[in-house]
Amino acid sequence: MATRTQTEVVMPQMGVSVSEGTVIKWLKQVGDHVALDEPLLEISTDKVDTEVPSPGEGIVSQILVEEGATVDVGTILALITPEGAIGATPESEPVAPVTEASPPTTPESVPAPRAAPEPQPPRVGPQPEAGDNGKTFVSPVVARIAAEHGVDPGRVPGTGAGGRVTKKDILAFIASDESMKATEPARPEAHVEEPAAPVVPEPQPAAPAPAPTPEPVAAVAPPPEAPKAPVSPQPVAADRLTDVPLIAGESVEPMTAMRRGVMEHMRRSLDTSAHVTSAIEVDMSKVVAARERVKAEYQTTYGVNPTYLSFIALATVETLRDYPWVNAEIRGESIVTRQFVNLGIAVALADGKGLIVPVIKHAEDLNLLGMARQIADIAERARTKKLLPDDVQGGTFTITNPGGFGTFHGTPIISQPQVGILGTYALVKRPWVVQDELGNDVIAIRPIMNITLTYDHRLVDGAYSGQFLRDLRERLESWED
Amino acid sequence: MPEKTYLQAISDGLRQEMRRDPRVFVLGEDVGVYGGAFKVTLGFQEEFGPWRVIDMPLSETAIVAGATGAALMGMRPVAEMQFADFVSCAWDHLVTVAAKQRYRAGTPIPIVLRLPSGGGFSGGPFHSQNPESSFAHIPGLKVVCPSTPEDAKGLLVSAIEDPNPVLFFEHKHLYRRIKGDVPDDRYTTPFGEARIHRAGEDVTVITWGAMVYTADAAAAKLEGDDVSVEIVDLRTLIPWDRETVLDSVRKCSKVLVLHEDTRTGGFGAEIAATIAEEVFEHLDAPVKRVAAPDCPVPFSPPLEKAFIPQVDDVAAALRELAAY
Repeated sequence: MATRTQTEVVMPQMGVSVSEGTVIKWLKQVGDHVALDEPLLEISTDKVDTEVPSPGEGIVSQILVEEGATVDVGTILALITPEGAIGATPESEPVAPVTEASPPTTPESVPAPRAAPEPQPPRVGPQPEAGDNGKTFVSPVVARIAAEHGVDPGRVPGTGAGGRVTKKDILAFIASDESMKATEPARPEAHVEEPAAPVVPEPQPAAPAPAPTPEPVAAVAPPPEAPKAPVSPQPVAADRLTDVPLIAGESVEPMTAMRRGVMEHMRRSLDTSAHVTSAIEVDMSKVVAARERVKAEYQTTYGVNPTYLSFIALATVETLRDYPWVNAEIRGESIVTRQFVNLGIAVALADGKGLIVPVIKHAEDLNLLGMARQIADIAERARTKKLLPDDVQGGTFTITNPGGFGTFHGTPIISQPQVGILGTYALVKRPWVVQDELGNDVIAIRPIMNITLTYDHRLVDGAYSGQFLRDLRERLESWED
Repeated sequence: MPEKTYLQAISDGLRQEMRRDPRVFVLGEDVGVYGGAFKVTLGFQEEFGPWRVIDMPLSETAIVAGATGAALMGMRPVAEMQFADFVSCAWDHLVTVAAKQRYRAGTPIPIVLRLPSGGGFSGGPFHSQNPESSFAHIPGLKVVCPSTPEDAKGLLVSAIEDPNPVLFFEHKHLYRRIKGDVPDDRYTTPFGEARIHRAGEDVTVITWGAMVYTADAAAAKLEGDDVSVEIVDLRTLIPWDRETVLDSVRKCSKVLVLHEDTRTGGFGAEIAATIAEEVFEHLDAPVKRVAAPDCPVPFSPPLEKAFIPQVDDVAAALRELAAY
């Protein structure tokens, strides 16, 4: 990884099956000093954001991947050069390695000192306010808002004590159009506004930044001087749209990595699977009664709320045993079935803007208490952003529960590469025809829930899915213990 | 709705409960013939007789221990300490027996201790204290500190209904100064639900008791500075309404915890620590406390004024937070 002169910063592996990551934000810029393990940049997969600590100490000599770009795991993102190797600071480490690090011996160290000063001139624009500001205290709330919006607090004019950036300052900054321009210096729109002072640094070997496209009309032809295919296909289209000027009453906010992930996944799923949704009405009387029986004990003894979802999840996992093709995957020309169920639970984030599907591994091992506990745990961690990368991987079937707001039916989208998703809806008291002890039809008031199975008709047929739903209903309607 | 003083509201609430529930009775020093040191139970002995309005010997131990025994036998005693300061005489019975009985033996002790507390009238070190935090620290006790007449009545009714020992801190400074609308009908004010006394956007003040009014006057002063202050009146310390407090902090991001009790180990420390634990990433300034200094309450009026947080002290702290 590291030569004696330079340390390479690479895109880390964030979970076993993650193959690529997106650079969200560089916390250090070229020329900045960075300590060992100090946060250097923020990266993101489609579900999890994290900071990358610096693998070495020194000066950031080159940044090779721009913010917003998606690259494979292992790609070199930046180079860190020991301070002695760049500057002429003689007092730092006058020992052997430094002399070895001087230009004659290692060729890699040659471009490093050059690279450092070069990107500096273009940064003069946004930086003046950053100067003193960046060194003052950043309060917890400002740090959080800055991280959420990808804003450098050092660029925000501060009105607090000693020029400190207050919560109001940063909120006002984000609200203003200024912030959009200042935080996205690499966007082509910056060129349109200031053609004289290009903000994009010198193109580096791996830099994905597309060449400036001054004419927004040319939608078909690739930009004439585009040297390489961009690493991530999205920016081009997205940037075209940002050329549309805002009119009064419109406001704009940057899209989070999660939103991009959801967007891409939803579209791809509809393009992949042949979605069909079947619905069944379930009399939940016995589940309601069973829940009442265990609720107090679960809550006081275990601190767990036995939600209806945990009953349904348990019944679903049991039913999936008999219907392996609902818990399956189409892999190329083959059909893969499993003896286990990794159950995804769709969780909406607290603000209603964002969706994540944490996975309960080996859900077939769980009893009702375990299921209730696991669902509560992953939901809480999803909402507090404490999920680990592997928590969102490897699902084989998913349940989504949009009924909390009273909706009684829906057609969810399958989480790829799965072939089924169960939807549960509002539990509603309805007049229901049942038989009395004499076998006569009578109308009773029963708690009814609509449950849907959305399946990939490429693999699962209507009869098979109907039988699955029938058995699931039977399990719930005859719930014992 | 009729307007009543804080004292009348407590008196009415107590009388209503005694008329409604024969298990409710009053005991304390001079609560009968004399009607209580502050006249909360004036006329009670005439209406309910000497066995339901009992003049006790000058022994807080006997009052709290007697109330505990009566509660064990199914009664709902409401005991008055002439001054909250004197409750320390009954510490052992309250803390060792009443607070722990439910845990030890499973038998509830539904007693209410009415505790006239607080300073502001040169009462000196034995007649001016706010010892709520000492008891908030004892598991098994509930601690109530109403600030308005309406809450005083509703919380007293809740305290009588509650199966646990409840310390009901009545601020003496509010007794006849504060008036407000109080429903004539019986009602309860739930424990653990704070009240937004004043809605604001910039700085949150968490407080209770008489300090609600100090905070309110300070907030009015800051209107001129264009600083909008939210005041959360906790109403009950045990249990306390964390969610309302944390929501307010999430909104304003700057917070002042204000109490008349002394600073070190005061209940404000618990609130500040909880805020730091739960909503650290919403803070835009250090949590600030304004409280009495760590010394006994002075007799001398100017010294007492220096001791009890004043409107200007609170306004200065709020300005400091707003400017941070």
